[in-house]
Amino acid sequence: MKNITACACLAGALALPGFVQARPVTLTAQLKNYAGNGAYLAVYVTDAAGKYKKTLWVAGKKTKYYKHLSDWARGSGLNAGEFDGISGASVGSGKTLKVTVELADTLIDAGYEIRVDSAAEDGRDNPADVRTPLSKQGAGKPVGGRGYVKSFIYDM
Amino acid sequence: MLRQIHSLAGLISALLVMLIGLTGAVLSINPALERLAISVPAGVSVAELAGRVVRHYPGAEQIQRTASGTIIVYYSAGDVSGVDRVDPSSGMAIAPYAPPAYARWFKELHRSLFLDTPGSAAVGITALLMLLVSSSGLFLLLKRVGGWRQLARPLHGNRSQRWHAAVARFAVAGLLLSAVTGSYMSAATFSFISDGSQDEPDIPATTSGGTPLPAARLPALLATSLADLRELSFPLAGDSSAVYTLRIRQGDAYVDQSSGALLAFRAHSNVRESFELIYQLHTGEGLWWLGLILGLSALGAPWLAVTGIAVWWQRQRAKPRIANNSAPASADCVILVGSENNSTWGFARALHDALRQAGQRVHTAPMNQFSSRHNAARQLFILTATYGDGDAPACATHFLTNVAGIAPNQAASYAVLGFGDRQFPTFCQFAQEVDAAMAARGWRRSLELALIDRQSPQEFARWGSQVGALLGHELVLDYAPAHPHTHALQLRERIAYGEEEHDPTVVLRFIAAPLPASAGWLKSRLARHRLPRFEAGDLAGVMAPGSSMPRFYSLASGSGDGVLEICVRKQPGGVCSSYLYHLLPGDRIEAFIQPNPQFRPALGKAPVILIGAGTGIGPLAGFIRNNTGQHPMYLYWGGRHPDSDFLYEPELRNYLADRRLTQLHTAFSRVTNGVHVQTRLMEDADNMRRLIADDGQVLVCGSRAMAASVRQAMDQILAPLKLDVAALREKGRYREDVF
Repeated sequence: MKNITACACLAGALALPGFVQARPVTLTAQLKNYAGNGAYLAVYVTDAAGKYKKTLWVAGKKTKYYKHLSDWARGSGLNAGEFDGISGASVGSGKTLKVTVELADTLIDAGYEIRVDSAAEDGRDNPADVRTPLSKQGAGKPVGGRGYVKSFIYDM
Repeated sequence: MLRQIHSLAGLISALLVMLIGLTGAVLSINPALERLAISVPAGVSVAELAGRVVRHYPGAEQIQRTASGTIIVYYSAGDVSGVDRVDPSSGMAIAPYAPPAYARWFKELHRSLFLDTPGSAAVGITALLMLLVSSSGLFLLLKRVGGWRQLARPLHGNRSQRWHAAVARFAVAGLLLSAVTGSYMSAATFSFISDGSQDEPDIPATTSGGTPLPAARLPALLATSLADLRELSFPLAGDSSAVYTLRIRQGDAYVDQSSGALLAFRAHSNVRESFELIYQLHTGEGLWWLGLILGLSALGAPWLAVTGIAVWWQRQRAKPRIANNSAPASADCVILVGSENNSTWGFARALHDALRQAGQRVHTAPMNQFSSRHNAARQLFILTATYGDGDAPACATHFLTNVAGIAPNQAASYAVLGFGDRQFPTFCQFAQEVDAAMAARGWRRSLELALIDRQSPQEFARWGSQVGALLGHELVLDYAPAHPHTHALQLRERIAYGEEEHDPTVVLRFIAAPLPASAGWLKSRLARHRLPRFEAGDLAGVMAPGSSMPRFYSLASGSGDGVLEICVRKQPGGVCSSYLYHLLPGDRIEAFIQPNPQFRPALGKAPVILIGAGTGIGPLAGFIRNNTGQHPMYLYWGGRHPDSDFLYEPELRNYLADRRLTQLHTAFSRVTNGVHVQTRLMEDADNMRRLIADDGQVLVCGSRAMAASVRQAMDQILAPLKLDVAALREKGRYREDVF
């Protein structure tokens, strides 16, 4: 099994007022063995009501397919500023996505959620494939997805 | 130039085109298969469908309508999620839906060879090359047959050339469409051109946020017909800010889940609509019949690649390689060559070598190079084929213009030798034009124009002896173009006629020779000791031992008859005919098949008039033997004496009795008041005119002299109908096999 590892530096995002302290968070998404091409994934943060806050990672290079990551697309408005520099290759069936991103401390234990939207060619779109509270306690605990994601885990 | 482009692009892309053609053909079946499983109800709105679906699938997430009309529902129920094909009239599940695994596999291979971006690029380049090959091929084909109107007529050339052109004729439209649309789609994949998919409606910033209505009651969905639906995505349950995403044929929009209002509709741009049309034209999705046509055409691609490579290879082998070419200014003899497929170069080389052996200095060049530099030569030989509908071959296109500008050398003389196929109305037309143009310009003709039918080595050798007589020394032109590999045959039966005569006749029936007992186990397993495939009217090439020059005999049987049957008259001094005549049952020979598809009865119920003399009855008897459908067939045949050489007499009586033969008219020349077959035709002129008026077809087989007399007689017979042999020949209704 091949791990797709990448590191993103969010220097620009970190400069936003209020987001002073940040820490590296490792996101690991293990995909199911489904029949089909590589999946597009969007990993992002929402508030408890599902309102979009911030993009953590986008897997898949062709922006024309991003509309299929529908909740994320709606929340982020598909504004290129939201995903510039934090995207990589799509993730094949049965493969694992593993990336380390920088996350502002203010988002942790503040009632926010991490969500993953997923989509693949000739397959279903899965808005909120994964939903998991963003907390120190929740870190390192795998959660299952309802679409292409078999399990998702974040470590900090 | 066109040919070079065609060959080069074809050779480079052959393997990939084969692969992409085959995978494309497999994929083309899908739309038709899907289509078989569908019924789309009319007058149903998206809201009605959504209502029905939600009743059976409370966790429905997405409804899709595929191009073929299948309705698919993506749903979740608890922890389980799935995809079902549903019945649009009830919303009930029909079966779980999964595109077949083989289709996905072939699609990936077809699009990217499993090599991701580099693979897609290779496929895209192949599509472009395919566009180049099929368009240049179309032009070559049109040039070859002589224009659009002639597209359906019989084709020239050897087996590979004919197959290549025949398959191209059938597949070129489909291949062109696939190549154009494929190139476009590849360009869109690599974003060289826009596919319009970026033109998305803006995502609504605010929604009404009220209590969600059931999907079946949303006004925007009520107003949309199912026939226009592409996709409807449901909002995630419990998210009051979420919206429905509605994609229809005309555009994309969002629908408020509580007010049911259409939010932010954005119509598809022209760019997007063109992309979708081209996508459909390429995949056949939703156009299942087009898909099947494209698939059939795609199946032609491997076939075209293989025959194309064979044609190219033959041309390369026949490429001009003239050793010891003297300089034009110092040559005694100049040989000018006009050839499209290089086969005439082989004959030119044989002439070149023979003249050199006779002590001449010889210069050989393509006809287009003819200039006043060649004026020093005493003898000018012009060997030329004719291309397409009487045109000049590629390396002779400027010749007629050039000749007009060159002052004739009064000390020199010229001879023209034409190469062609007598089956076609424009037989050696270019050679005739060249001969006439030289004479008109004031050149002295040393030999009458000579014409060679189907590369006959015998006719070439005869012409060579005339050239020898002209130059005052013997000239042996022993040249036969490479022939296909031979099959071992064993004589099973021999029926002799007129043995007391000077030149008796024999009917020979061969079977496939059994392998010698010494053949190893593997060889006896692998070798096919079956007859090769052939039909009555095709030719068998036989070489007498010690001769490299084949003689051709018309086949009196098809391979389906289980024997290879020929009819041979022992010619005075004939090497091959003596060899065959003296064969005894059990003897073995080697022979190859040369297909002769032009000389066959046409399909259909129209009467067939068979005319022959002597051994010319062979193929005609074969046609009658296979006429089990009892189509009207009339045989006019001329022999010498009914007692000695009434060939096939018992068989013909049987064929008359079981109606495979309608009428038999014989003419014997060596009896009191003897007549030839053309006389018999004249006597039966009324019958002949009636048969021709009934769309009858004439097949003539026999000696050249007999065929000429028959043509004359037929022209007289047909005159009252305002028809002649030339007019019938043009329509493929008058065909000859002469020797």
